[in-house]
Amino acid sequence: MIYLDHAATSFHKPEAVIEAVCHALKGSGNSGRGAHGVSLEASRMVYQTRKKIADFFRMDDCSRVVFTFNATESLNIAIQGLLQEGDHCITTSLEHNSVLRPLYLMEKQGVKVTTVPANSKGYVQTCAIEAEICPETKAVIMNHASNVIGNVQDLEGVGKLCKKHNLLLILDASQTAGLLPIHLEESGISALCCSGHKSMLGPQGTGILCLADGVMPNPLKVGGTGGDSFSHEMPRFLPEALEAGTLNTHGIAGLSAACDYLNEVGQDKIFQEASFLAKKFLDGVKDLPGIILYGDYDADVRTPIVTLNLRDVHSGFLADELFQRFGIATRGGAHCAPEVHRAFGTLEQGMVRFSFSHFNRVDDIDEAIHALWVLEGENR
Amino acid sequence: MRQKERYLLITFQATTEAMGFEETAKMEGLKGRIIPLPPTISAGCGLAWKGSLEQRNVLEEFLKKHHFKHDKIVECLL
Repeated sequence: MIYLDHAATSFHKPEAVIEAVCHALKGSGNSGRGAHGVSLEASRMVYQTRKKIADFFRMDDCSRVVFTFNATESLNIAIQGLLQEGDHCITTSLEHNSVLRPLYLMEKQGVKVTTVPANSKGYVQTCAIEAEICPETKAVIMNHASNVIGNVQDLEGVGKLCKKHNLLLILDASQTAGLLPIHLEESGISALCCSGHKSMLGPQGTGILCLADGVMPNPLKVGGTGGDSFSHEMPRFLPEALEAGTLNTHGIAGLSAACDYLNEVGQDKIFQEASFLAKKFLDGVKDLPGIILYGDYDADVRTPIVTLNLRDVHSGFLADELFQRFGIATRGGAHCAPEVHRAFGTLEQGMVRFSFSHFNRVDDIDEAIHALWVLEGENR
Repeated sequence: MRQKERYLLITFQATTEAMGFEETAKMEGLKGRIIPLPPTISAGCGLAWKGSLEQRNVLEEFLKKHHFKHDKIVECLL
């Protein structure tokens, strides 16, 4: 199989990640629960992983790194925990349902939501966000890069805008964390939400929520935290306030090893190699008759994905042909980002997303190009 | 059972604080270890650093130097 669906989840995990998870499964206690040897070892490992994540996103205080179970949970904590009735917030038409559905829920609870549309190239203009700010505006909620079209948004500009207007910036970095450098404080991010299993290369079941100084969402879940056992309420300090219940210690062990791998190999090198493969694939298919591309492929920086359709062929059918006949795994259909499909007129057809990793080889790309040429020829 | 003695305990609200303290204490060669919080001392994350009574000044300086958050410093019969 040729795996070209890395934007969904990283299929190839570094060997050290697998070993770290196995090692934890063979003998890990419960972090923050007790003081015997294996419990303390788990606490130490979780603490070290918090430090690595804090370093990764240039944060001073690792207690502001909260472990969740996925990016969706991180976003739900940030959105539901920071907004309340009467607030106004601004989001974009490029968002994933992990942002949109919590916002639809908040609308029912009296939060006003304005969705700023992307322009024809698939970018949300910072000035368009600024135009929607009103006295009740509390937050801007947006992704760093779209999971569908791969365009990287103007994080620096929006960060400055949020600082200027004293707004919270809740960032969905699921598609960029591990690929592009993100400086939480410099970029004015209030809450950085991402998964651990995509380009961070950790296991599924790991999510990250990094909070800037002074940002304290209300807990989404309540329960045991290992301390303050007789209190009826969650502790008011981080990270415990937002980490009810046992953590995914085994997964966090893998995430820790993944951070080491990213640092050793180099995030920039990983990104450049994946981008080279994406560009090679693009060059091989862009002139095929009937190919429709989605996203800005002239951009200096974009995530390593190519999203396309072949004439009016349903994307699910095309993805199935790619896998069944050529063993190429891509993502077809709708991509949990309904407004993107609406904007590009692909509500029915969906899109086929090819997403690349530095673990792919040039041969994989040649195979994928060949497969599309064959399928295009058959569709004339 | 061994004879109980008086020790100095530094308690923490959060496990993260205890782990940060322990890491640096070990690096700087401080004697002591993390123990479960005795039931006579309320609240906190359930963890405390156990050191000798003679270390009080050293530990207080250590806390100040590294700006470690902690809950309290108490003497306890353990």
